[in-house]
Amino acid sequence: MILTESKIRELELKANQIRQSIIEMLLSAGSGHTAGPLGMADVFTTLYFHTLKHNPKQPNWPERDRLVLSNGHIAPVLYATMAHAGYFPVSELKTLRKFGTRLQGHPHREYLPMLETSSGPLGAGLSQAVGMALADRMDNGKDTQKRIYCLTSDGEHDEGNTWEAIMLAGKEKLNNLVSVVDRNNIQIDGYTEDIMPLEPLANKYITFNWHVIEIDGNNIAEIALAFDEAKTIFEKPTVIIAHTIPGRGVAEFERKYEWHGKAPNREEAEMALKELRTLGGKIKSEHE
Amino acid sequence: MISSSQKLNPKIFDKDVAQVPVRRGFGEGLLVAGEADDRVVGLCADLTESTQMHLFKEKFPNRFIEMGVAEQNLVTTASGMASMGKIPFVSSYAMFSPGRNWEQIRTTIAYNDVPVKIIGSHAGVSVGPDGGTHQAIEDIALMRVLPNMIVISPCDSIEAKKATMAVAQTKKPTYIRLIRDKTPVITTENTPFEIGKAQIYFEPITGKPDVAIIATGALVHRALMVARELEKEKIGVTVVNLSTIKPLDEKMILEVAKSASAIVTVEEHQIAGGMGSAVAEFLASNFPVPIEFIGVDDKFGQSGTPDELLEHYGMGVSHIKTAVLKVLKRKK
Repeated sequence: MILTESKIRELELKANQIRQSIIEMLLSAGSGHTAGPLGMADVFTTLYFHTLKHNPKQPNWPERDRLVLSNGHIAPVLYATMAHAGYFPVSELKTLRKFGTRLQGHPHREYLPMLETSSGPLGAGLSQAVGMALADRMDNGKDTQKRIYCLTSDGEHDEGNTWEAIMLAGKEKLNNLVSVVDRNNIQIDGYTEDIMPLEPLANKYITFNWHVIEIDGNNIAEIALAFDEAKTIFEKPTVIIAHTIPGRGVAEFERKYEWHGKAPNREEAEMALKELRTLGGKIKSEHE
Repeated sequence: MISSSQKLNPKIFDKDVAQVPVRRGFGEGLLVAGEADDRVVGLCADLTESTQMHLFKEKFPNRFIEMGVAEQNLVTTASGMASMGKIPFVSSYAMFSPGRNWEQIRTTIAYNDVPVKIIGSHAGVSVGPDGGTHQAIEDIALMRVLPNMIVISPCDSIEAKKATMAVAQTKKPTYIRLIRDKTPVITTENTPFEIGKAQIYFEPITGKPDVAIIATGALVHRALMVARELEKEKIGVTVVNLSTIKPLDEKMILEVAKSASAIVTVEEHQIAGGMGSAVAEFLASNFPVPIEFIGVDDKFGQSGTPDELLEHYGMGVSHIKTAVLKVLKRKK
């Protein structure tokens, strides 16, 4: 479904609110990852507010699509999007990483059963999504309407387990599986192409028998279109290589790998929130 | 004397006692479990016949996934299937699963508390000629340390079959450890099996035991042979088959510790972290008694016949007997 201009604006504003929540929760937590969650806010917003078949009031609805977050360290964007989508109160976001919280530093399904899985150690999410897709196909056949979405990072393509999953999904022609790679080019020790080059990443997926779509992962219209395209592919799994800008939405954080694994302090958070509330200075903030 | 209530194999001490690989029981049990419940699925990492999963594969080709030599993918894919309502059995050699993929098991199966059944075949030094790289003697330790995980080490093929059928009906993550080699059939179809329940297979003719041997896996047979020998020497022995290592049957262990006041544990595994450690941890806090441990003492395996290796690494009948005599001296 092609998005109307007004729907795109609505989703962009939603993504902006989610980014603000991410900054607020990281400030409250005092630790956590900043760049990845901000960079992926547009993909998560498009999924939860447009693409996904789900019901926040009935999280265990059997007919729901599944969403597996493989790189669990970007949990703030998952939690913030789920809260804004109505899974739990937005006010709960401030409990992130605190003792007794449902919002563990990395997702833990025992604490928040509405999650599809727990994650954190990298490289294990895609194979779980492959397992879900295999189970779905056993139950509903090749023309299943269910979709299994997996969100992965580019850095976790260093992991052998990721490639084992890519091989199996290609072998099994899992057309109900859609993986998104957050291609933001950073990992903890630096830029991905310096640490362990992944390029040509698209070609690698193609030779493993996947359908590949490359998009601007911060463009909501492109994101939605890519998910639509994936539904038309019958004999292959689809990977969407989403080129994102780490730290997207806060100019001072953008493209800096130093922001991969740290949270903003109060001053940095206030600056970031002001920038987000004013849409980068385009409008006046009501908070001023 | 053999506990009559256990309905053990009457030929247990005969020279021509039937010898069957423990893994065979798994293959047969999985087939029955698959027939009883269509949620049961099988995944194997390129060792389908070797782990006896081929019986299931032939009957239910659409419920079987060939994973290739990829043990990390094996368990994580199974976790995903379990979260969709399946009951996946995953098989490989114990050295590779749970040997290679421990963290994936921890995070995606135990931490998620999903009903994946991990079958580690070819455990122990009795793998034989393949050598130390293929002899998993650390797997009990690796699995029993994980919260939510059930750990079972059947003593023969019949118990392996019962264990496989039983675990298919629980919601818990489970590890079943299997021996490759043909081993004596100890039990019969009528021998009781229950997850979490230890059973007494041998007891003194009269009165209290002088010592209790707690054994797991195929070495239960050697423990029984030692008990019979000592019976002739007027030493009363209780032999416990501790096939479920976790959860530990604390009631039974407490009972035998109180009545025998001396214990020998017997397992084909490193002494460190194994079944004996589990028994010792419990008794140290609850009813300390002298314990001697039969197992591998901080070494890797090597090539040889199963008997040569069990003898070399201190798990022979004579070693068990020596351990009994030693623990009796320590008894106050």
